[in-house]
This record gives sequence, C-alpha cells and structure tokens, in this order.
Amino acid sequence: MLKIVNLKAKVKSLDKPILNGVDLEVKSGEIHCIMGRNGSGKSTLGHVIMGNPDYEIEEGEIYFNGQLINELPTNERAVAGIYLAFQNPIEIPGVTLANFFRYTTKKFYPENIPYPQIRKKIIELLGKFGIPEDTMRRYLNEGFSGGERKRIEAMQVLVYKPKLAILDEIDSGLDIDGLKQVVRYINEYVEQNPESSIIFITHYSRLLQYLNPNKVHVMIGGRIVMSGDMSLAKEIDEKGYSWLEGNVVS
Amino acid sequence: MEDRSILELREMAQEYKYDFKDPYLYKEVFDKGLNEEKVIKISKIKGEPEWMTEFRVNAYRIFISKPMPTWGNTELLNKINFDDIHYYVCPEDDHKTSWDDVPEYIKKTFDRLGIPEAERKFLAGVTAQYESEVVYHSIREDLAKQGVIFTDMDSGLREYPEIVRKYFGTVVPPEDNKFAALNSAVWSGGSFVYVPKGVKVSIPLQAYFRINAKNMGQFERTLIIADEGSEVTYIEGCTAPVYSSQSLHSAVVEIIALPNSKVQYITIQNWSKDVYNLVTKRAVAYENAKVGWIDANIGSLLTMKYPSIYLLGSGARGEIISVAFAKTGQHQDAGSKIILAAPNTSATVTSKSISIGSGRASYRGLVKVYKEAKNAKVNVQCDALLLDPESRTDTYPVIEVHQPNAAITHEATVSKISEQQLYYLMSRGLTAEEAKTLIVHGFIESFIKELPMEYAVEMNRLIALEMEGSVG
Repeated sequence: MLKIVNLKAKVKSLDKPILNGVDLEVKSGEIHCIMGRNGSGKSTLGHVIMGNPDYEIEEGEIYFNGQLINELPTNERAVAGIYLAFQNPIEIPGVTLANFFRYTTKKFYPENIPYPQIRKKIIELLGKFGIPEDTMRRYLNEGFSGGERKRIEAMQVLVYKPKLAILDEIDSGLDIDGLKQVVRYINEYVEQNPESSIIFITHYSRLLQYLNPNKVHVMIGGRIVMSGDMSLAKEIDEKGYSWLEGNVVS
Repeated sequence: MEDRSILELREMAQEYKYDFKDPYLYKEVFDKGLNEEKVIKISKIKGEPEWMTEFRVNAYRIFISKPMPTWGNTELLNKINFDDIHYYVCPEDDHKTSWDDVPEYIKKTFDRLGIPEAERKFLAGVTAQYESEVVYHSIREDLAKQGVIFTDMDSGLREYPEIVRKYFGTVVPPEDNKFAALNSAVWSGGSFVYVPKGVKVSIPLQAYFRINAKNMGQFERTLIIADEGSEVTYIEGCTAPVYSSQSLHSAVVEIIALPNSKVQYITIQNWSKDVYNLVTKRAVAYENAKVGWIDANIGSLLTMKYPSIYLLGSGARGEIISVAFAKTGQHQDAGSKIILAAPNTSATVTSKSISIGSGRASYRGLVKVYKEAKNAKVNVQCDALLLDPESRTDTYPVIEVHQPNAAITHEATVSKISEQQLYYLMSRGLTAEEAKTLIVHGFIESFIKELPMEYAVEMNRLIALEMEGSVG
C-alpha cells in the first residue's frame, strides 16, 4: 500500500531539514501508530505523504500502490485514496461545510448518485460523531472548537473511504469519551473495509489502549528509530522517550 | 425638411460599406464620429419631439465642453477615440410583438448568451437590445392589465411623452459628467418602466443587452418610475462576444422611487474584455421608499460605475450590493454613492471585489449626510479578495457628515487565498482551480443570495467560467 524509502525533506521557507531518512512500509489492511515527541517530524511525515507545498523532498521515494508519488499533486493523491486528517485543520471563511462537502464528494462518489442522497449520509455521519446538522451552514473550521475540528476531520474518513487514512494527533482536543467514540468508528471502518490501512500519529500512548495496531513506530530526529508491536508503546508509556534517544545515530 | 433629411440619411446608409461581423443589414448607419448635426439627425430619424432634440443638442455641447475625468484609470480613459466610434446603428427589423417573429439569428444570440430554458418563460416581458435598437418587445398581459408600462425608451418617449418629459434627465442631468452628457446626446434604446400607484409587479422585468459591432457604442437610457406604494424589480443582464477593437458602453439609468415604493435594480454585467463600461446609475427615494442596486461587474476592460441613491424623503432606505471581478487586463473601478438628506434615512453598502492575476479592483465610495438627516444610519462594508501576488485592490472612501447624531460605519477587509487553504482543499480531492472557485463562491455568497434563482445559477456558472484557466 505505502512504501517510503530513505525519505529526506525540508521546510522550504526555512531551508530546514525535518525528515532525515524515513523508511516505512504499511501493508493493506494494517493499522500503524507513529509516536514521537513534538518536533520529531511525525506530523511532517504525514504532510509530505499528502504533498504539502511547505515541504520539499530532497531525497528518497514515496510509493503508493506501487506508483511513485513524489511529484503527484495533492488532489491526485487524495483521489488515489490517501486521506490526511489535519492536526490543525485550516479555516476557510465564506465556505460553508455544506458547500465544502458538495464540492469534495464529487471526487469520491459516482456521478449517478444524486447529491441530496450524499448530503443525507453526511448529516447522518456528522450526527454519529456528535456534530449537529446546523454545523453544515457554518464556515469551514472557523470558530470550531478543538473537539469539533477533530471529530469532523475523523468523520471524513467515513465520507471519502480512503485506502490509506493518516490521522494526525486525532486525540488532542478530544476528551476521553470523544476519543473512544472516534476510535470506535475508525476501527469499525477498518473492519468494514479490510483493504484500507490507517496510520495514527500521536505523542500520547493513551490513544493506543483503544487500538490494536499491527505496528508501533517511534520517530526521533526525523527518523523512525524503532519499530515494534504494542509492547513498544507500553514501554514508552512507562519510560518515556529518553531511553531511545541514546539509540539515535546522528 | 424632416422627410428630406431622412431620405438623405438613407442614401448615406446605402453607400456605407458594411464591415460588421454579422451578415446583417442595418437600416441606418452613420459614419464614425460625432458632431452637432449628427445629434440632430439622430433625433429627427427617430421622429422625436422638439424638446428632446434640444435636450440632445444641449447635452452634446456639455459633452464637448467637459474635460475627461482626471481620476480613475486616466490612462485607459484617454485611449478612447471619440472620432472612431459609431453613435447610432439600428437593425432593419421593426419592433416584434411575439417570440415567433424574432429573427432566428437573434434567437441564436440568446442561445450563445446561455439564457437558461427556465428564464425563457419570463421572456414574454423582455426588452432585448440588439445593436442600438430594440427589436423584440412585448409585455405580459397581466402587466398590461395592471397598467404597468414596460417598453423601450424610444417607444416610451413616443407613447408617454408627458411622463417622460416630466422625469427624463431629472435624476442624472447632462451636466453630471462627461459620459452622462454623451449618453444624453446620442442615447438610443434602454427601457422605460412606469409602475402605477399601489401596483406590485410580481415577476422581475428583464432586459438583455448585447454589443455586436466593431467600435460600436451603446448608449442606452433607462428610466424607471415607481409610483406611490408600488413595487418592482428590474434585471439587466449583459454579455457580449469578444472583439479586438475597443467599444464604448455608456448608459444612464434613472430611478424615481415615489413615497412608499420599492425598486430593486439587478445588473449582471459581462461585456467582452475590450469594452469601456462607463455608466451613470442613480436613484432618488422619497418618503419611506426603498431602493436597491444589486450590481455585478464581471466583464469589460474598464468599468467606472458608482450606483447612487439620493434619500430625499423621511424614512427612505437604500441598499447597494456589488461584486466586481477583475481579471488580468481588467480594471473594475466601481463603488457607490449614498446621499442622505432627510430624517430617519438609512443605507447599507456591501461591496465585494475579486482580483485575479494582474486584475485591478477599486472601490470608490461616497457617503454624504446633510444636516437635515437626523438619525441617519449608514453601514459600509468593503471586502476585497486577492487571488494572486500581482493582483491589486484600492479603496477610496469619502465620508462627509453634517449631522452630528448620524451613525456611520465603514469597514474594509482585504484577504488573500493562502497556500495552506488551497492545500487543505486539495487534500480533499479538489484541483487548485476548483479550490479557488469554491473560495470565491464562498466570498460572494451574500451577493448570490440576493439574486433570483435563475440568475443565481447563471452567476455561479459565469464565475466557474471566469475561474477556468485562472491557475497558472
């Protein structure tokens, strides 16, 4: 599904390297967790996979379903089946949630499905994630609470049905009940779409207790320094990250 | 004398070498350029009353004596060559009363303008301007029964001379500005609307305009009178095919809203990108009357248009909602004027502009509150959206207040589409162009809401068309 080889990337405007040789392979149907402290490069990895213009790939390759996507425009990556739930979704004044969905769903639903039918489904999904229907009339992310943003970002996985969903810090801004609910629906999604893969990016291990990931990775200094299973997450929960820092070869 | 001069003109017309785009015979074609004699001939050929001939000649004299405006886009203004413009052209067809009689090529023009099927049901009340003369016109029976007059301005002058003489040129006198003077001298076509006391016209009156000839000037003159307690909405939608040479469009619209009446005037201006659109639009509102200008400027090379409302009666209200779309090469110099001269008058102005590429949008606004206007209220909101780094917007507000308890607010915002907004929308599958279009739609949503359904659809389609290829 996703294969990343020796990926090096920098922030364009600052000429500052963030990713220093990431290797990662996510197979179809797998759930991965990428953990790391703030500034470790884990969010950047998600954005570079999505094609954020703020970053520039200096070296390495990203393959999605066997296709090299380094140069692919962001929208084509999205249509190909990659979804990124933003840690900080962008506010777009003037664009209502209703108009946003009216435009974006055209890219993911067959033409013969009338929009009112899609709209009905979206309202159902919003309800499922605890978002009232009248939110459709509000401007995209403008004045939304942290929790609302995260719920709506997560809920879009169920709208666009991506092959690969990357959920960046979906746990921050949500209370425990909200987090449980969101994770439950994502788990359900994976059960119902066994071909789809999920990458959770987080720096707290509290998220992991609701998940059953196939792999847990730890990022430090722009590289994945260790990969393992749930036991690695438990170790981080007990010891923090510092014991791993010695392992980093600079 | 009159007959003979018409004969002479017809001979002139036959000698004229036709070089227009349409294989189409013009009844009367004048040479390019203008002089006093020509102004008189235009009046005579139309068989106008003496007072109108005098009005035209006087206006012509004002036109030549007035210098070009020294503000706005003077560079473009000074490129206008008044000697290289035709001031009067009319098609051979006489006025039509039914759709079936409208010549096929004109119907094709409407097709090209993309008037949706849904709107054609309204066409029974349409004034369609082809070149300088109205060729199609009929009034829905129910309108006629209510005593509503909706005709072209030339017929209006012929058939309702008293009403026309009473109001014509009273709101926009020829002295107002150089282009109003020019229009007053050579006007042709446009609409004449009179709504009798207490009559509420339920369907919008609509007019379609089109410039079709090289160096063709269009000088429509529209006069709308809403008698006491009446209500009417008038819609003017313009599109024009693109020609390489410059055209001048200089219309005058006068609205008289008598006490307790409501008038709404909607314009969707989409002239081809080589047209000078220099228009004077003004309304007077008497006691408790309400006037609204809903104005979209999408096409043209240079637009200079500042719809105005003079609130002359106590409790009169005004509303101006405008959108300007300036693409590379275009300058939309638009704005508004609100004059409050009576107690308890109020007005709101909402102006939105979008600049694309090196397009330039300017807002020029005047709010003037006289000391008579106790408790006057005015809210002005100007929002500009810049799509590209080289896009430009300017705001020139003037506020003049002589009444201390007037409440005036003026807010202006300038925003840009950020790379991160585009990226976010693209991460949901939209192309950069679609993402920008979505943001632009959102930006002008409050304007679209004011339009009747069919026009909202047309406007949305027009914007999508304008946004095509706007991403470099």
